[in-house]
Amino acid sequence: MVVTGSAERGGSRPAAGRAAALPRHRIGLRPAVTLPVLAVVAVLCVAVAMAVGSVTIPLPAVLRYLVGAPVGDPGWTVLLDQIRMPRVATAALAGAGLAAAGLLMQTLFANPLADPYVLGVSSGATLGVAVVTLGGGTAAGAAAGTFVDLGGSGRIGVVVAAAVGSGAVLALVLLLGRWVRSVVTLLIVGVMLSSAIGAVTSLLIAFADPTRLQRFVLWGLGSYSGVTKDDLPVLAPLVLLGLLLAAALTRPLNALLLGESYAASMGVRVRVVRTVAVLATAVTAGVVTAYCGPIGFLGIAVPHLARLVLGSSDHRLLLPATVATGVIVSSLCAVVAQLPGADGVLPVNVVTALIGAPVVVAVLLRSRRLAAGAV
Amino acid sequence: MRGEAGLRLERLSVGYPVGHRRLGRPRPHRTVVADVEAGVPPGLVTAVIGPNGAGKSTLLRTVLALQPALGGRARLDGDDLAAMSPRDRARRTAVLLTERVDVGLLTGREVVELGRHPHHGLLDGRLDAAERGLVESTLDRLDAREIAGERLAELSDGQRQRILLARALVQDPRLLVLDEPSAFLDVGARVDLLALLAEVAAERGLAVLMSTHEVELALRTDARVLLLDGGRATSGTPAELIASGAIARAFGTAGTRFDRATRTFVRRAAPG
Repeated sequence: MVVTGSAERGGSRPAAGRAAALPRHRIGLRPAVTLPVLAVVAVLCVAVAMAVGSVTIPLPAVLRYLVGAPVGDPGWTVLLDQIRMPRVATAALAGAGLAAAGLLMQTLFANPLADPYVLGVSSGATLGVAVVTLGGGTAAGAAAGTFVDLGGSGRIGVVVAAAVGSGAVLALVLLLGRWVRSVVTLLIVGVMLSSAIGAVTSLLIAFADPTRLQRFVLWGLGSYSGVTKDDLPVLAPLVLLGLLLAAALTRPLNALLLGESYAASMGVRVRVVRTVAVLATAVTAGVVTAYCGPIGFLGIAVPHLARLVLGSSDHRLLLPATVATGVIVSSLCAVVAQLPGADGVLPVNVVTALIGAPVVVAVLLRSRRLAAGAV
Repeated sequence: MRGEAGLRLERLSVGYPVGHRRLGRPRPHRTVVADVEAGVPPGLVTAVIGPNGAGKSTLLRTVLALQPALGGRARLDGDDLAAMSPRDRARRTAVLLTERVDVGLLTGREVVELGRHPHHGLLDGRLDAAERGLVESTLDRLDAREIAGERLAELSDGQRQRILLARALVQDPRLLVLDEPSAFLDVGARVDLLALLAEVAAERGLAVLMSTHEVELALRTDARVLLLDGGRATSGTPAELIASGAIARAFGTAGTRFDRATRTFVRRAAPG
């Protein structure tokens, strides 16, 4: 990915003359309307995502299921309970978690291109998965033999491997962060770390058995369908923990919008905030990646969409808006992924990137509001 | 503990780390200004002047404990600033920096309200009526109420500076530190800003410490001056520093001399 320096942010300042010509848009009571609307839309999107699939279940039945009322058809109940609910809950958790983590990183690094993966979490997870899925028959695989035995090379093995990989990268970043003074350096360290780890993954791919490669590539394309009801008690609390940490950071993050020196002069313990933000991001992105594969686009784009919808950079409003928008976009991607119907499921990354990226670019280009400031 | 009001610099030495940290040894530092002895009294503006690289910003950052002192200390109303918790320090000092800020979509008023940050806990961020009153009265005082509803990104440099000054004042400090506050302003706005600072300092009994490149401007006001030159600091009124020849020594060049009568720098007359 391409990351520009924070100095670039100063470049888009409008001339004084243009500022005077712009219509005044005062913000007023808008967030009080916007946030509840976003919440309702998020619930509706979740319901729609649960309704579609190989069998279409009517929306009223889905809504009855969501509030705990009898659905009517026992077949639908089983389908909703065992297949649809885990899949859509995963989509919602992934969307909310990745979007919130992306917001944390964009503010922490004062960089609109930052996302949950800038610190190398996904490359660590990818290497972990590469080791267990491609490992056998290569030198690296022999070295990781104990690890493979520990987790097995089944689905749980992949999840454990991804978690260990992202956890190791997190530990490394936090350790390096103790010596690194500036966030720009930390950002570069994260990007370099990703490249180095990616090189090791490439090495494994180069010497991998082609039949094993298929499974690794599929994991990398991302999927919400692999998560079962039994996985949710692990996935949900960890994502919620990340969101809770993010919520505790909203006020210091507002102060950080002015830059680290101003934040420090306002009593913000910048190092502590940085550590907590990195921790929250890595836990959220790590657990989502472990279960769903590296899901691109959501983490970088959703915070921008939320700013656009909300019209504010105040994190006390922006974080809930980002979480709701993340649920909306991610559920809609889950719907699109089911479109082939009986022929199978589209990979999530194909949907997020192919459909989502052009939409976001179009929205951003049409928006004059964001031209003033991107973070 | 000394109970002197305002900021007191006691043998304060400032600088920055050079080279690498080695195990078991303190990191080597380069001293930029040594043993500064000076007072910054409440109610007045004290201007820090000096040639480029003399250590103006380093001194200000050290006073605010944004970087560690190499020796000595800075006391505010008798209390060592470096020994305070970040939050206590933030309740008694506020800053206006040169660096451009990009606060995304925040409005001027939202930026000003950020100044209340150190007066709130982690989760309780709601401003009470008194605080909202303080925000509005400060905006009024700085003639910034009209522009406070606009996004900061859409304001002119002078307007932004007024909003950021309001943010610092809303923090309700005893000491206000400004690093080159007039750097991006037109000449008229620079004079305005300095006059405004002097008024606000007097009204609130606020100690103001401000670095500036505007030597001639600073010398024509009744601001007190702290001159940094060649690693030493000299403080006094403009008249004292001019009379002692310190200004001429610090800023004069081969081709330019300081004219005491007009308090400006002029070309030296050609020899003969």
